[in-house]
Amino acid sequence: MNTQASAQPAGRTETKPARRRRKIDWKDFTFNAINYFILTLLILITIYPFYYIFVYSISDSIEAQKGVTFWPAGFSLEAYQKTLTLPGIKDAAIVSLSRTVLGTILTVLCCSFFAYLITKEEMLLRKYVYRFVLITMYFNAGFIPWYLTMKTYGLQNNFLLYIVPSALAGFNVILIKTFIEQLPASLEESAKIDGAGYMRIFTSIIFPLSMPIIATIAVFAAVGQWSTWFDNWFLVENPKLQTLQLVLYTFLNQSSNLANATTEQLNRGDLVRTLTPQSIQMTITMLVTLPIVLVYPLLQRYFVKGIMMGAVKG
Amino acid sequence: MALTLTAKKGKESGRSRHFRKDGVKLLLMASPFVLFAFAFSYVPLFGWIYAFFDYHPGIPLNRTEFIGIQNFRDMFSDPRMGPVLVNTLALSFLSILTAPIPMLFAVMVSEVKSGWFKRLVQTVSTLPHYISWIIVYALAFSMFSTEGAVNTIFSNLGISDTPVNVLGNYDRVWTVQTLLLLWKGVGWSAIIYLAAIVSIDSEQYDAAKVDGAGRLRTIWHITVPSIMPTFIVLLLLSISNLLSAGFEQYLVFNNVLVADRIEVLDLYVYRLGLVTGDYSYSTAVGMFKSVISILLLFTVNFLSKKFRGQGIV
Repeated sequence: MNTQASAQPAGRTETKPARRRRKIDWKDFTFNAINYFILTLLILITIYPFYYIFVYSISDSIEAQKGVTFWPAGFSLEAYQKTLTLPGIKDAAIVSLSRTVLGTILTVLCCSFFAYLITKEEMLLRKYVYRFVLITMYFNAGFIPWYLTMKTYGLQNNFLLYIVPSALAGFNVILIKTFIEQLPASLEESAKIDGAGYMRIFTSIIFPLSMPIIATIAVFAAVGQWSTWFDNWFLVENPKLQTLQLVLYTFLNQSSNLANATTEQLNRGDLVRTLTPQSIQMTITMLVTLPIVLVYPLLQRYFVKGIMMGAVKG
Repeated sequence: MALTLTAKKGKESGRSRHFRKDGVKLLLMASPFVLFAFAFSYVPLFGWIYAFFDYHPGIPLNRTEFIGIQNFRDMFSDPRMGPVLVNTLALSFLSILTAPIPMLFAVMVSEVKSGWFKRLVQTVSTLPHYISWIIVYALAFSMFSTEGAVNTIFSNLGISDTPVNVLGNYDRVWTVQTLLLLWKGVGWSAIIYLAAIVSIDSEQYDAAKVDGAGRLRTIWHITVPSIMPTFIVLLLLSISNLLSAGFEQYLVFNNVLVADRIEVLDLYVYRLGLVTGDYSYSTAVGMFKSVISILLLFTVNFLSKKFRGQGIV
């Protein structure tokens, strides 16, 4: 792309007469103007909802009711203070954080170790083992069979439901396997001559060397864990095991009576009612979104790398 | 290196026995993963058996009446099945119809010359992909509810004083949901096209320049044909997913006002199973969906092999 950009003016000054050049430049200018205009518009459409939630959450709750557009109406962090004391919010934050951390570690370890084993050509029945696992990417038994199986395994109302079933993902295995295959084989051979077993070679050589792809997959998995809620929705009723996502959803869907009751509770002790259900909704949304919005620009390049590797492969 | 080679020759039989032992050892090490895949992906398949019984939760299967394919016959006389299929296909077709937009978007981004602006557009446009549908719902609610930002802005600008409830609009629900899906996915889907564009040989562009082709012409004659194969593969894949219109999205955006037109096949399966408690019929409908999807995947893969000389899976 860059070569194209730099080649353009040079080519023109040499071959085109002055009058014609001006005309084409004008065309080019229009193209750029329209292009930049549309893209800027798209950026605004994407960013504005996030911005709006943020502005609303730091507005003064009562004044915000009259309508917020671009600037905060008044300023107050009361919504944050009070929301954090809401029953269940702390537990939910802990559950969401633990599933993100533990789930990510588990899936990274399982996928990378399995991928390593699969790269060993001396493995008996290697092809069948690999296909048996990979093919799971393409079928799905359906909702009720899944639901009943999880129940049979005792995963209903169980924290393990969040982290165990997602531990082995075919797509991740493909990515790691492809990465390991292009590592120099000599490293592993020398360790083998020194008497190191498969486990040892994996932990001290392969795993550290595979960090680029492991990081990519860890990021994928972490964002996935943070955002997953359907397992919670269908199989976990225990209030101690609710995820932040579902707490947010419940709050959004509560009839206004219930939301008002919670708000009354929060406002208790104050003479004037200072918080509205809307403010609390916006604040919870901020709390659930913030980790992604903060972490994501830093990790964006890993994502892009990941999907490109997937594209090359698939 | 020479040393290992001679050693190899000298102990040929010993090595191969060793090799076998290693092979068994590796298989043993991999077996927990095989068991895992079996337990979480294959075992649920046995659940399909419920479709052939008149199963009710609480009563064990061996005391349940075997009804054969009755549930599958019932599907054809189920008055809800028609509207549900129409919803599913309509939403899938609308999303296929918008499939060229990410491609167009990628071309537009690739034409941006300023590096920082390009990065900004890419970073911002991919963000919605990483947030859950619940957050999308929260954002959409804050934008489009009667007290939301859009209605506030409209009334502030004096365009309209009667608040419109976008998310509860029965007639526009398909359009609204398609636009939401597009908002969430456009940047992410564009990445794969951008990767394809980057790999185009820049000499082609230089040659076009020399021939006096303008920006639009180079896009039309070089960029678009180069990313067409990618577009076709993605299009074929989306055809095989025809019956899998996004479950989470429609579950989250479901409400009393739009329920009739948003209930897609997956949502219906869920409602039959967990809300109505008709496990057997729900499983049958889910099975029907899985089988059609797999058939579609095979067909599309076959067509792709035939016409492109390359499969898609």
